Amino acid sequence: MTVARFWRDIPSRYNLYGSRCASCGKVYFPVRHICPECRRSSIGKMEKHRLSGKGRVHSFSVVHDAPPQLAVLKPYAVAIVEMDEGVKVTGQLVDVEIEEIDIGMGVEAVLRKLGDEGPAGIIHYGFKFSPRFD
Amino acid sequence: MYIGNMSSGRFIDQHHIGALIADYSGMASHNVPSTRIEAAGASGSLAFRQGVMAVASGMHDVVVVGGAEKMTDVSDDASNFILNSAADQQWESMMGATFASLHAMIAQRYMHEGYATREQIAQVAVKSHLHGALNPKAQFQKPIKLETVLRSPTVAEPLTMFDCSPISDGAAAVVLCPLETAHEYTDKPVKVLGTGQASDTLALYQRPDICSFEATKVASRMAYDIAGVGPDGIDLVEIHDDYTISELLALEDMGFFPRGEAGKAVESGETEIGGRLPVNTSGGLKARGNPIGATGVAQIVELVTQLRGDADKRQVKGASTGMAQSIGGTGSTAVITIMGVV
Repeated sequence: MTVARFWRDIPSRYNLYGSRCASCGKVYFPVRHICPECRRSSIGKMEKHRLSGKGRVHSFSVVHDAPPQLAVLKPYAVAIVEMDEGVKVTGQLVDVEIEEIDIGMGVEAVLRKLGDEGPAGIIHYGFKFSPRFD
Repeated sequence: MYIGNMSSGRFIDQHHIGALIADYSGMASHNVPSTRIEAAGASGSLAFRQGVMAVASGMHDVVVVGGAEKMTDVSDDASNFILNSAADQQWESMMGATFASLHAMIAQRYMHEGYATREQIAQVAVKSHLHGALNPKAQFQKPIKLETVLRSPTVAEPLTMFDCSPISDGAAAVVLCPLETAHEYTDKPVKVLGTGQASDTLALYQRPDICSFEATKVASRMAYDIAGVGPDGIDLVEIHDDYTISELLALEDMGFFPRGEAGKAVESGETEIGGRLPVNTSGGLKARGNPIGATGVAQIVELVTQLRGDADKRQVKGASTGMAQSIGGTGSTAVITIMGVV
């Protein structure tokens, strides 16, 4: 992905900023400028909304056939996480034995390295999810 | 001309593929207009739908719909990288999700809900290869065993290599014209009874339910309404089995089976040639091959071949109505076509 495209979404990627529609209260991730439910009446009423980072595994997979830039991680786990706010997010699962991952497992967002633009290129950071014990 | 193509720009460094195909098919010298259509995996079927609309509206008298993809000029890694771009690059691919792993997450949740077993999902590939073995134009023409699917290398758990459609080169084309003039061009015309198209969120995670593609449901309803038939009136189906799990979702979303019943139907042979509802008699994306832009058009070619009674060993006896389902991304675009004998 181009560096510029990546950088434009750093607030969402570093701090889980999404949007909340002031008309209907629905929360979205990442940022949306229009609420698909309220459409025209939501224009100008979409507020920045930071997710708590806490959620549960809705589904997951362990990736064995990984793209070259992620090959060093394989096998690695990726999940769709249902956040406590009700919105879902996709991210990797880390700090966990792969055999212990299950649907419904509590997780929380942590800031990690997502990748880089080659050995001399910039490093991309963003959220992954690690197990939550509570 | 309408040309379905996903990514000739990245696969072979050639954009403007509409003009190229018009040129080398001899049409450019006659100044025939040519338009390239892109909707990832649904590019071909969407090109076909554009062609149908062009003829149905009276804008054009004769339309050639083609689909093509040349995927093997680049390495497998490069090819997969290009295919991943059908997903949400920012919020899926960049987060480490591959296209296969998105479908694997669908499968994982689908099994968690008790809708199908791992073996039932794998059986889809066994059935596709069984049919592919009867299609002289299929990329893979050998039957496989269930164990082959289950024991092949894991791509993204729980899916293995044999749950995934292959990287393919291929092309397909059909000619469309008003039914009244069809006999000027062919002795065996086949009629387009209805088409439907629908969109959904680009990213899978944005959906309330990942075990169903709403776009398939909506597009199917649209096509059924136009055609004036329902699931009971369909004799055979071509389905977008880019991954085995996708076929089970489609069979349920198109209304052929209630949720949680598609896996059992596949397991019991109901979707084989000779069964209640033959599915992917061509071998499907899995065995016929999945040259992305050509795939949707190849589905139409299979329906036409079957409805003409020209499908030889894989002929569905007495087939009079066929249906095709095509998907771009993880259910972000769905295109449905229903065809019948004249």
